[in-house]
Amino acid sequence: MDIFLQQLINGLVLGSVYALVALGYTMVYGILGLINFAHGEVVMVGAMVVLSMISLLSSFPLPLGSELILLISVVSAIIVCSTLAFFMEKVAYRPLRNAPRLAPLITAIGMSILLQNIAMMIWGRQYKTFPDLFSITSYDLAGANITNVQIFIICLSILIMIALLLLINLTRIGRAMRATAENPSIASLMGVNVNTIISLTFVIGAALAAVAGVLVSANYSVAHYSMGFILGLKAFTAAVLGGIGNMAGAMIGGILLGLIESIGAGYISDITGGFMGSHYQDVFAFLVLIVVLVFRPTGIMGERIADRS
Amino acid sequence: MKELLTDHKISSLKTYFTSYRHAVWIGYVMIAVALIVLPFLVESTIGRTWVRILDFALIYGMLALGLNIVVGFAGLLDLGYIAFYAVGAYTWALLASPQFGLHLPFWVIIPIGFVVAGFFGVLLGAPTLRLRGDYLAIVTLGFGEIIRIFLNNLDHPVNVTNGPVGINLIDPISIGSVDFTKTQEIFGLIFSGAHIYYYVLLLLLLVSILVCIRLENSRLGRAWVAIREDEIAAQAMGINTRNVKLLAFAMGASFGGIAGGLFASFQGFVSPESFILLESIMVLCMVVLGGMGNVWGVVLGTFILAILPEVLRDISSPLQENILGKVWLDPESLRMVLFGLALIVVMLVRPTGLWPSKKNN
Repeated sequence: MDIFLQQLINGLVLGSVYALVALGYTMVYGILGLINFAHGEVVMVGAMVVLSMISLLSSFPLPLGSELILLISVVSAIIVCSTLAFFMEKVAYRPLRNAPRLAPLITAIGMSILLQNIAMMIWGRQYKTFPDLFSITSYDLAGANITNVQIFIICLSILIMIALLLLINLTRIGRAMRATAENPSIASLMGVNVNTIISLTFVIGAALAAVAGVLVSANYSVAHYSMGFILGLKAFTAAVLGGIGNMAGAMIGGILLGLIESIGAGYISDITGGFMGSHYQDVFAFLVLIVVLVFRPTGIMGERIADRS
Repeated sequence: MKELLTDHKISSLKTYFTSYRHAVWIGYVMIAVALIVLPFLVESTIGRTWVRILDFALIYGMLALGLNIVVGFAGLLDLGYIAFYAVGAYTWALLASPQFGLHLPFWVIIPIGFVVAGFFGVLLGAPTLRLRGDYLAIVTLGFGEIIRIFLNNLDHPVNVTNGPVGINLIDPISIGSVDFTKTQEIFGLIFSGAHIYYYVLLLLLLVSILVCIRLENSRLGRAWVAIREDEIAAQAMGINTRNVKLLAFAMGASFGGIAGGLFASFQGFVSPESFILLESIMVLCMVVLGGMGNVWGVVLGTFILAILPEVLRDISSPLQENILGKVWLDPESLRMVLFGLALIVVMLVRPTGLWPSKKNN
């Protein structure tokens, strides 16, 4: 039972990170119908900027508490990532808005290759360790361990997701975003500046990605220039699982995928009688995805029929 | 009188060259000669490794043509296409290597690889028939990853694929005692292994091109295009969309299977490392950048994207030395940065690809 609880906690932590990244995918997809392959790299850039900022700030003899250092670093990561995403959209996606569907996909792939290798030039090939700003304390929860970092990750993700839902559903900007997702040309007739809204979508997605990058590198206490790709892939899977284009779907899909992965990793060997080890956890995750899509072809929450194919 | 004769001669030569049929044949002969001579030229000017690069470009050509059937003709976005390449490569590797002690000849393995890869194509296609667009993309991506993870881990409890180490000592194509990867001397000319394989692969690529062109203009090809444009309308016109889509998956996959088998036999070694997601994405880039749906565009895109990274590899260090005085940036990442940039710029300048199909516009 305590093993189950432990995997549940790990899955929840992993899942909240997936959910934050998946939101970026799903918001962009909802409006542009574009798989933003470079979104994972934005997560990586966020993690890298935070690491650099923390070591930079710690090297000066400034009277800053570790909380303040972390805060400044995270804010600067959010600014860097948002700027990056803003220009990325402007340069690589906006000119192709009326192009065939696969053209922006290729520029997104190009962008991903570009960012990954520029990051490698800047931060090097080696794994970077997350500096221990805070002492990690572990709490006992009915036989399972949960660290303060993990509690922080879960709480922060939930807070951010609530804030985002409020933004989308209650504010004027949120209404404009929903209108643009529904139909860009009608939205612009109603006085919505579609270009601004699309830029804003990228900026918000990138800010979420920056936070996710910090959280994931704090959780595993490493960062690497190639970390974004696989994380982005998982998050995109989560977004599709939940029904791409649907915000609540991305959150549910992210948490579900995290849970499936960690519980699958814990139990897959028992289920298959020792034939498959925990190496197969991704197989398990993708099989669940395929099964879900076979029965619900537009994902768990996807009501709308995707006819952009 | 003399002048008249020359005039007459000139005009008859003119009609000879301008007559469509002759011009076409002369063009064919010139292209054929160029393709035959190309490896000699490449080998003597820029070195033997470039013949290998050409070989890989030809293999990628077959792969891209296969993916073009699925993505370009039928409009089904497949992000896990490399799985079929992997299936083909491992089929060859298992049937012609010391792994199981089997050493079947190539004319037995090629049809087996064709059928096995086609079967996997149907295996992927069947559960995904109802999915559209990007839902299909993520499922195919997952399928590709599943295949790769299995290849990586099927070394226990029963050792099938040898795990991450891969399978070594794979038999090359050979006829009688003539081993195609060994250097041969024919009529005083020396042919290296890569050189012989160049002709084998070139022949197969030409056959693939021919098959694709014939497919495109067939009843089946028109059905694929109809599904790509509007699935519901295609169904209303009496097209059995289920079978036609499955056929697209199966045919695309079997191209990949053959290309994979040739890759394994040429390389002599396979490991799961060669079949990562990035490879699928690379082949997709070749198809889209060249011009989705147009066979010649796809071939063009393949050659550009297969050769460009190698050119960049060769020039990224000397270029920095000439411009900046010394090597500032890691040449390997500079090469990839330039490659990424090239993808973006080409798509921005030509959103429909370098050589788009006429039907698309």
